[in-house]
Amino acid sequence: MRFDKTEISLALVAIACVLFGFVSPGWLIFLLTIALAKALVVQGVVMQMRSGLVSFGQGLFYCIGGYTVGMGGQFFGIHDAIAALALGMAVAIVVAMILGLLLTRYRDIFFAMLSLAFSMILFGILVKSQGLGSTDGFNVHNWTVFGWAPETGADSQQTVFTMTVLAGLLIAVLIHRYTKAGIGVICEAVRENEVRVEYLGLSPRWLLYGNYVAAASVSALGGGLTALATGHVDPEMAYWTTSGEFIFIALLGGLGHVAAPFIAAIVFSVVRTYSIEFVPNTWQMILGFTLLGVIVFLPKGLWSLVSREKSGERT
Amino acid sequence: MKNNKATFSKYLVSGVAALALTAGMATGASAAENGKFRVGIVTFLSGAAAGPFGVPSANAAKVLVEALNKGELPAPYDKMGINGVEIEAVIIDEAGGATKQVEEYRNLVQRQKVDAVIGYVSSGDCLAIAPVAEELKTFTIAYDCGTPRLFADNADAQYMFRTGLDASVDNIGAVRYLAATRPDVTRLSGIQQNYSWGQDSWADFTAAAAKLLPESEIVEEQFPKIYQGQYGAEISALSVKRPEIVHSSFWGGDMEALVLQANARGLLEDATGLLTCGEASFATYKDQAPNGMIIGARGPFGAFAPDNALNTWFKGAYTAAYDLDPVYPATKMAQAILGLKFAAENAGVADKEIPTAEQLASGIKGATFESVSGTVEMARANGHQAMQGITYGEYHYEDDKASIVNKVSFSGECVTPPEGVSAAEWIAEGFPGAQCN
Repeated sequence: MRFDKTEISLALVAIACVLFGFVSPGWLIFLLTIALAKALVVQGVVMQMRSGLVSFGQGLFYCIGGYTVGMGGQFFGIHDAIAALALGMAVAIVVAMILGLLLTRYRDIFFAMLSLAFSMILFGILVKSQGLGSTDGFNVHNWTVFGWAPETGADSQQTVFTMTVLAGLLIAVLIHRYTKAGIGVICEAVRENEVRVEYLGLSPRWLLYGNYVAAASVSALGGGLTALATGHVDPEMAYWTTSGEFIFIALLGGLGHVAAPFIAAIVFSVVRTYSIEFVPNTWQMILGFTLLGVIVFLPKGLWSLVSREKSGERT
Repeated sequence: MKNNKATFSKYLVSGVAALALTAGMATGASAAENGKFRVGIVTFLSGAAAGPFGVPSANAAKVLVEALNKGELPAPYDKMGINGVEIEAVIIDEAGGATKQVEEYRNLVQRQKVDAVIGYVSSGDCLAIAPVAEELKTFTIAYDCGTPRLFADNADAQYMFRTGLDASVDNIGAVRYLAATRPDVTRLSGIQQNYSWGQDSWADFTAAAAKLLPESEIVEEQFPKIYQGQYGAEISALSVKRPEIVHSSFWGGDMEALVLQANARGLLEDATGLLTCGEASFATYKDQAPNGMIIGARGPFGAFAPDNALNTWFKGAYTAAYDLDPVYPATKMAQAILGLKFAAENAGVADKEIPTAEQLASGIKGATFESVSGTVEMARANGHQAMQGITYGEYHYEDDKASIVNKVSFSGECVTPPEGVSAAEWIAEGFPGAQCN
């Protein structure tokens, strides 16, 4: 197996991140863990954006991932974090395989609204489930990794952070290969002209279906990691504002590169936490102006800052 | 592949940028330790809960911190600041959900180096924060959230305290008020927001009514979604069942909308409204709420707070600053800050010294302190949960002036389950050991 430069750079950055985790303060590790976990969900959004579909309901799979990890520990005795994360992805894949049959018939705003609707249905069901704590949610704790139980505190925080970085690396490499491969390029062709793709003898619908299911599993992984890091899940994870946040981050980063969602998620978290600290009453306005600025000055997202010099050149 | 070199230099650029960013953040953190007693205050500054709860609470915190730093409070809180140390409040927004609150809580403790945290209106936030407070060993006071699960799920809590009351107290108190003032009512109904708060409130109310008002029946229950704002259909559904009592745990804009609409439709003339959070909008009802509507304040807070020296001072200072009387969330915030001050000064440390989280916890655990709402006993959940009485009364508006009449108070032992017993069990067993006067 040959690795290209992007993959090697990603691996180096990931190693640097893990090492950085040993020397940085707890709050920063937590902020990065949540940002990277959310970036995985954003990767799911970006995967669909590449093929021309905007999912306004990616929170559905984020929530499924989180609740599977939580419920696995609470009710089914699955305390191994890796097994719980895998189970969350499996549940998301099954759900996406069913919903995808309907959703891939629709495009544009119809797809966006339908995906939003399904995520709000899950929100509604969870709010009605008093056994799961309704809107208050429940705690996620006592998880292990391969039988080893990290101590609460810095130890477990470090473990989740390392797991998140490694998961991020794995997913980033896979997505990078996917977008460079023929099938990934055809996803962009579907966005540009679906009819032509059909004339090439391919089925855009099944292409989008596969893409949708893959995006769902990546998002569920992000949700599961968030649940482990936060130690709490609540139905807010499936609420439309959460899905909106993922689109916000996707737009912030742009579709230019597989690393863009990770960078955008970190920038988003840093901007948000400092605006909450310095302007507690108007922090939403700072976030709004940031997005407005990016849309006006960097229509292709933050990634165009690094790729601007070679505009016009094909990568 | 000639742009691979460019890719590499890009990573270099972003790496340097990230390093610069963290360096900037590290300097921010060290500036935080300035010898003051830093208190993180977390409450809603945006969203639907900001108007009724968050803003009055934040205002109360500002009034109290400023006055404490000048040493203006009456005894026993006349010492400057907290244990002689100047207080610095770091106020942040509670909006955004539990994940974000956990992140911001860690930022408060680890980046801003606060010595204690007071906050949280939302029960979901309280439940998410409690394990983190234990993990980070930070003295934390939940001032308003009502979930009974806070200490049921965190039975061995060391650092988490709550100076406000459990939500089941509100509804047991409401039923006791009905039993005391209207023992003959038979047709009860309810309208609740469809989320944890509304569901739990209604479950406690109906269970308590089955024991204390055995002749009564539930004729209708409605669960519209939160922030719905328009209750035409629900009001019609309630009206046709001809209830005598309409219980609601609504709060904020929803509650004001319900009162306005139900009053205009005549529902609140035929039936008596019973609003467990009704006092929070006491100043805004004017003539739009009917006289005789029963309102509560989730404890002896706001307009139900007693006329002691502390409360007289607090009301005066708050009114002078904001031209409004303090509503119950403001009183509860004041109570939490006084609880923190009491904990620090009762911790047995030298003057002008900031106690550790362990010392703060030992200073308030199981203690009894004076507050704007009277005497507070930290008598439940191993000394982590406050026990106080609750008062209900009827809204009365006459000559452009609102007041509360027919107040009835119930003692803490009358409405609070004994140690180790959950509210649901206690109600189901018929309130064994309740001491009502």
